[in-house]
Amino acid sequence: MNGTLIVTEHLRGELRELTRELVTAAQQLSGPVTLAVIARDPTEFDVNFQGVDEIVNVPLGQEEFENDVYQAALEALIADRQPHAVLLGFTVNSMGYGPAVAAKLALGFASDVHGIALEDGAVIATRSFYGGKVDAELEFPADRPVLLLVRPTAFAPAADGGNASAREFAVELPPARARHLEFEEAAAGDVDITTADFLLSVGRGIGDKEAIPQFEQLADKLGAVLSVSRPLVDAGWMPNARQVGQSGKTVKPKVYLALGISGAVQHLAGMKTSGTIIAVNTDPEAAIFNVAHFGAVADLFDVAAELEKLS
Amino acid sequence: MKIVVCVKQVAVLGDEVEFTGDEREVDPDYLDFALNEWDSYATEEALRIREEVGGEGDEVVVVSVGDAQVEDAMRRCLAMGADRAIRVDYSRSADPITVARLLAPVAQRESPDLVFCGVQSSDGVQAATGTALAELLGLPCVAVVTRIEWEPSASRATVRRELEGGLLDLTEVDTPALLTIQTGINQPRYATLRAIKQAEQKQIEVVSPAEQGEPAYRVRRMFAPPKGEGAQILAGGPADIAQRIREIVAERLK
Repeated sequence: MNGTLIVTEHLRGELRELTRELVTAAQQLSGPVTLAVIARDPTEFDVNFQGVDEIVNVPLGQEEFENDVYQAALEALIADRQPHAVLLGFTVNSMGYGPAVAAKLALGFASDVHGIALEDGAVIATRSFYGGKVDAELEFPADRPVLLLVRPTAFAPAADGGNASAREFAVELPPARARHLEFEEAAAGDVDITTADFLLSVGRGIGDKEAIPQFEQLADKLGAVLSVSRPLVDAGWMPNARQVGQSGKTVKPKVYLALGISGAVQHLAGMKTSGTIIAVNTDPEAAIFNVAHFGAVADLFDVAAELEKLS
Repeated sequence: MKIVVCVKQVAVLGDEVEFTGDEREVDPDYLDFALNEWDSYATEEALRIREEVGGEGDEVVVVSVGDAQVEDAMRRCLAMGADRAIRVDYSRSADPITVARLLAPVAQRESPDLVFCGVQSSDGVQAATGTALAELLGLPCVAVVTRIEWEPSASRATVRRELEGGLLDLTEVDTPALLTIQTGINQPRYATLRAIKQAEQKQIEVVSPAEQGEPAYRVRRMFAPPKGEGAQILAGGPADIAQRIREIVAERLK
């Protein structure tokens, strides 16, 4: 077994920044770094990053992702390259086939990995448990490859300027049992939360749909735009356009004031690069405090009432 | 028509955490337990389908891996309206591939039309058990589903897959199939007190675990994450906190 195999993450013709991060992650391991591009026209993507030793282009007869096709391609690549480690991104597409490959080939496996190391030739991965409140180091079976789904933004993006050679690798692809029909864009809302300098963001802690107007009002008074975490959209209280998080919008305002948001992984992914993060939550162990610059363990309604008075 | 729903009782960490002597797990005294939120959506979706297109004798069967304690979560599903529950007796913590190997024989035995798993568990957040289980069952799989259109007589379902940024992928999948269910697909019903009481009396079938093979990983050390710079704590009562927030905001927006 030798080196690291990375599968390029792309969506609708756009290369995802996450791919560069996977290349950086691979630098923690040993052996050559092979970057595979599985796509209708793999040469469309410029993936010659620093740290990549070889590019393998796997052409498909189709434009869009289908999990059976990507699974067959990855299994063929693993059989051909015999890598020590396989890195995918922790993305919706990869969730659709990565664990299947791991189960089929009985690989070592972990997902949402945010740390990778090599110790005495063995891969050690770090991931969180209990909803982000604790971390753990994982060891893997010694005699087989390990497949990891890596958390977006956990590693810095690799720079351009590599000089890997590219080759084509043709794979016999099965008919897909789950077939893409068409895309539907998320509905655009009344407000674009990605352009706001100041976001007042509320989560499950507000308890009730009836509390929303109070926070809309507070946002107005503070000069902020109101955004929400996923549970409020799931409940139908607010539209997806207001949602901060992996399945909503990624935001980077100057100030992100989070009230009653616990800090689920997919929410943090959408806001943790904000300029200043202030979090209010009654749970002192809430994961949001791991990314916040300022934190208060307090009842959000009490704090909101005081903020209202000051405005 | 039969839908198997795989459910998990998740652990919730409270205000404090302590680790076991070997530092490889959280001390169970510091854990509370609940039905995984994704699994209540999955159970609701199975019940919705049974109500809309099912008939006499159609079943929603919940399956879980764990010790007797996880039957609490399973009874919540029974109280919602699931017909039967099967527990694979297993008391250790397990990686998603191992859990899939434990679920597979039970799901297989039921010959379901559809298998539902939650996209992920709130404590593990691996988002892997469902996809791994589909592979072991030889079933087509769609992960992160926010809408399902299917009839028992049909050989395929039309589902909606939710990608990053809220982009939706309309997908056709051959059935029987395994789908991992995303939150927001429906509004899970509340069980009535009566249903909860009745569920307490229901028999849950317990089966022995199958061979699991080698685990996909082993926890070597568990620890509180480094807080980094750490959040600066805003002390005092709500009025003090609000005052500080106002100052910080004014400063940062200058």
